[in-house]
Amino acid sequence: MKQSEAFLQCQSCKKILFSIDFDQNLRVCTYCGHHHRISAETRIKWTFDEDSFEELDLDLRSGNPLDFPDYVDKLRAAEEKTKKFDSMTTGRAKLSEMPVSIAIADFSFMGGSMGSVNGEKVTRALERGVKEKCPVIIFCASGGARMQEGLLSLMQMAKTTAAVQQCREAGVPYIAVFTDPTMAGVLASYASVADVIIAEPRALVGFAGARVSKQAGVSKVPDDFQTAEFCLKHGMIDTIVARKDMRSVLISLVRTLGGHLYDGGSK
Amino acid sequence: MSAGSHNEWESELIELEKFIDSAKERARKEQDAGDKVLLEDQIMKLEVGRDKFLKALYSNVGDWEKVLIARAVKRPYTLDYVTALFQDFVELQGDRNGFADNAIVGGPALFDGRPVMIVGHQKGRNIQERQFRNFAMAKPEGYRKAIRLFEMAERYNMPVISFVDTPAADPGVESESRGISEAIAASTMKMFEISSPTITVIIGEGGSGGAIGIAASSRVLMLQYSVYSVIPPEGCAAILWRMPERGAEAARALKLTAESALSFGLIDEILPEPTGGAHRTPIETFGTVKTAIAKHLADLDKMTPDQIRADRYAKFRKMGQYDTALF
Repeated sequence: MKQSEAFLQCQSCKKILFSIDFDQNLRVCTYCGHHHRISAETRIKWTFDEDSFEELDLDLRSGNPLDFPDYVDKLRAAEEKTKKFDSMTTGRAKLSEMPVSIAIADFSFMGGSMGSVNGEKVTRALERGVKEKCPVIIFCASGGARMQEGLLSLMQMAKTTAAVQQCREAGVPYIAVFTDPTMAGVLASYASVADVIIAEPRALVGFAGARVSKQAGVSKVPDDFQTAEFCLKHGMIDTIVARKDMRSVLISLVRTLGGHLYDGGSK
Repeated sequence: MSAGSHNEWESELIELEKFIDSAKERARKEQDAGDKVLLEDQIMKLEVGRDKFLKALYSNVGDWEKVLIARAVKRPYTLDYVTALFQDFVELQGDRNGFADNAIVGGPALFDGRPVMIVGHQKGRNIQERQFRNFAMAKPEGYRKAIRLFEMAERYNMPVISFVDTPAADPGVESESRGISEAIAASTMKMFEISSPTITVIIGEGGSGGAIGIAASSRVLMLQYSVYSVIPPEGCAAILWRMPERGAEAARALKLTAESALSFGLIDEILPEPTGGAHRTPIETFGTVKTAIAKHLADLDKMTPDQIRADRYAKFRKMGQYDTALF
């Protein structure tokens, strides 16, 4: 969004908004309801119990295993911009006092793409749920697998999906939230096999990116193609939840599906 | 300038082979005994030359040329392997959910007298076949059929042999509305759930998500000139440079060869192809693939069902390369 101190413009309807109103409204446009992308920190602050987040796996950093042209420059620029090593922020948090294992994606780090570090962090978050017997919540935001790590990235699809299977076997609920955008390699792996899939309104959700589809000769698509609403209509997700209601819906799900994991039943 | 197709890359060789064939035809029809001997002598020399040329051409196959060979129309496809390596194959179709897919084929068969479940992408050789097979780009129903077959393999204690040969999963509107992403993810997950031993052979193109949905196996083998990639090189070039025609450059950057996959620990074995590629002497290739499947099956037979699952998880769990930053 274009921000000039007190005012900014909605990315979708282009109306001018007061910055203060915009933040109070959780960066959702007061006119059109467009949910703008937010950082992992902001997401955690707005979703989980205050000061409950403990970040883990902070030390994982991408190398350049393929010697892919310009990859290191892109990584350094993303690290500089976001002050992080990867788009995934993972750790322990609480929802109404109930412990959960979380992974929160930030699209601003190289389009949230899944390379080795991203896949490892997601896998660890899922495995943590199994080890610590708590539900896993993953907020997805990704353009897909990270091209610059080639086949290593493709294998993260298998690795993360395998970890979801471990959760199922251990009776650990896993909830995925599709935020704008959730695409390709991430959608076709751990994201789509969650017990419950929630999406933010109008999030872009799809398998083939626009450029890939165009190359494959796909034309004439429905108006709502690859949106959260399209996915809901076709039964690919469970519900669309506005940002202001996300916390309470997640609490209900963790309390119901994860009730058996907490001592003394639900809280 | 890089060749755009396998035929183009092999064009001189193909020309030479055509010429040898026509020379042979002439020698056959030649009445004069002396001329016939002369012709046959010339043909022998040409054949020696052809062999030399073939050897030279295939002694230095670049990454892009591997992409072209992997896509070659003459290359053996899944059903060719099924016919050559298995008996009693019965194709099972239908996802039992309203749709049929022809880009993925599968069914039970005997391998050395032993029941196994086969699943594989199928390409077509001519326009009609290619359209029927949707260019081996499977729709959701293809992966849902695969799930059915994986479950059946589990039920009847059969190992799964999968053959991968797809440019990508189908990216169309229909596939999106029926959940192509979910179908791929669910199929991948099913491969971790079952306790049957699973072996995947990448025989041509291992195209990203479309491949992984049937390739999360206990053992993954790649033919020497097959490729395995997170994105087609042309797609990579389109995203990086907005120029799909720079595919050859992207192919090199993506490290999509069997050697790279092995060096990163992502596959278990490279199956060598005869000089001139699998398509030139398919019988030899079938033999190589058969021996490899038998060997890996024998290895996997030593494990209990629990060990099979644990081994598969551990195998994929290790995949990835990253640094651990020091603070």
